[in-house]
Amino acid sequence: MTDIATARPPRNQWWDVWDQFKTHKGALVGMIVFLFIVFFCFVGPYIWPYSATYIDIRSRNQGFSFAHPMGTDQLGRDIFARMMKGGQVSLAVGIVAMVLSVFLGTMIGVLAGYFRRVDGLLMRLTDLFLALPLLPLLLVMSMLFRQPLASIFGVETGIFLLIVTAIAVTSWMRTARVVRGDVLALKEREYVLAARSIGTPPRRLILRHILPNVLSPVMVSATLMLATAIITESALSFLGMGFPPDFPTWGRLVADGIDYMQQYPSRAMLPGIFISLTVLSVNYIGDGLRDALDPRIRGR
Amino acid sequence: MFTYTLRRLLLAIPTLLFIALAIFLLLELSPGDPMADMPLTIPPEVREQMRLALGLGEAWYIRFGKWLYMFSVVEPSHVLANMTGIESLAVEGQRIISFQSRSPVADIIAQRLPQTLWVVGLSYILGILIAVPIGVYSAYRQYSWFDQLGAFVSMVGFSLPTFFTGPLLILIFSIWLGWFPIIYDTTLVVDSWHNLGLQIRQMAMPVFVLTLYNAAQINRFMRASMLDNFTQDYVRTARAKGMTERVVVLVHVLRNSMIPVVTVIALGIPTIFTGAIITEQIFRVNGLGQLLIIAIYASDLPMVLTLSMVFAILIVGFNLIADLMYALLDPRIRYD
Repeated sequence: MTDIATARPPRNQWWDVWDQFKTHKGALVGMIVFLFIVFFCFVGPYIWPYSATYIDIRSRNQGFSFAHPMGTDQLGRDIFARMMKGGQVSLAVGIVAMVLSVFLGTMIGVLAGYFRRVDGLLMRLTDLFLALPLLPLLLVMSMLFRQPLASIFGVETGIFLLIVTAIAVTSWMRTARVVRGDVLALKEREYVLAARSIGTPPRRLILRHILPNVLSPVMVSATLMLATAIITESALSFLGMGFPPDFPTWGRLVADGIDYMQQYPSRAMLPGIFISLTVLSVNYIGDGLRDALDPRIRGR
Repeated sequence: MFTYTLRRLLLAIPTLLFIALAIFLLLELSPGDPMADMPLTIPPEVREQMRLALGLGEAWYIRFGKWLYMFSVVEPSHVLANMTGIESLAVEGQRIISFQSRSPVADIIAQRLPQTLWVVGLSYILGILIAVPIGVYSAYRQYSWFDQLGAFVSMVGFSLPTFFTGPLLILIFSIWLGWFPIIYDTTLVVDSWHNLGLQIRQMAMPVFVLTLYNAAQINRFMRASMLDNFTQDYVRTARAKGMTERVVVLVHVLRNSMIPVVTVIALGIPTIFTGAIITEQIFRVNGLGQLLIIAIYASDLPMVLTLSMVFAILIVGFNLIADLMYALLDPRIRYD
């Protein structure tokens, strides 16, 4: 009875992960900044009185003021509101593209690692995708399918779908490779053998026994993917291959601001700072997560 | 090793053929019409004849076959003839013609290549030269202030997109301080010290932006690889034998930890050509990346196809080189 009193109460392993995560200063700051940016973009528009698309030509090109904390642009639109709206789009694209890409990568990685019959084929496919010139291809894809998708789903949804799919299709390879390597090692473990010996079908073996054990590399690559997806979307918008001009995204706002670089430098700098802050904080979260999810480091 | 190299080389051919076909078919779906810029007053039958003149009349597989022949036989022979000065090397036949400029694609690429190589190549070399010593020292003094600072700077360099750092530098150094020109002048011929100075000044900003990015990436790999090796037994053995720290770090550990880093560097070389698209756009360097963007805007299909294919060949080639180097440098790895 005495050892029950001295033993620590049972607790969820995620609390251990959280404890380790907390010790990483950069990751903690990164998470606070990231949550703040998400809050700013998704809750801000409900509080802020101005709309991102409201044109007030008489108050154009204003500087920083109390009414317009980041000034107004050449059409008198409030930049503070445009920043929120642009952030919504950039973050949404990043998150959806990340989810799709990680899903694709994990699925292909698990299939290749678990079923030897498709391993060769899927890994050749991965190599093939890695050999593609990705940014040129992304540009070509977004040029080609812009019109047809926009006419089917409407401009906003069509281009959203296009960009999200294009980013996901060109970025799943790294996750697939990492997951395949882990699955290959896990497959030989005794507990998998034990599960198989009692007749567990492959589907349940994968979902119950293998997937939870590859969760940590998947989560780390998911955060890194989020950062890359946000940068890729902004780069596409910056090159004029992303969302249409009247539709603010951070990348688009940088591109628009560059034309006014000499007179109003803040117009290109502010969205750039937002992109950089988001990516930096996400990368730091990924760094902390990698340490926190590694049981060899945890608890030291 | 030799059979492995041979097998990989042979495997590269179907890979490249498949990539070529994929890009070709993707472009084939393109709604972008190269005749879209022509005046609307052109009668339809003339328009149709112009399309035929551009070679758009035949079925896609015939055009693909022709393009493949031109890309793999005619164009390389002309490039070779230009380089060696022997005219007879050039194979007779139709060359790949750009829809935009009506001149052979290979010639335009040859004009653009020096700018890209200078700006992007230099930044890659500088990035390596900066990243390796910093990575070595921050791994040696892990968790020191130098390491912390290095980790922060490389995290920042890794996270800041070039389309933010580029305009930032333009704002500071071109607009406020006026040190460097905004636009890259390709016509500048370096024939005197003065012009050399001008050349260095106009290259400074794009090179810096790309160097920061490259150095940040290589630095992370270098540090991680050094740290992996510091805990190995052979390091303790070397120290126990009484070797100086200098020899232990710079000879034993550095050489072993360069193995993965060298392959990372080799894998990154193709991105010299493709990755600088945005930087070239910002600083108006008319290199290969900018050429690709213009070609995409103008639906110049032969140019897009050829450039993408050149990029794909570079990627496949350097993947192969990285794998082979891995085997050459690390005697533990045998592919046979």
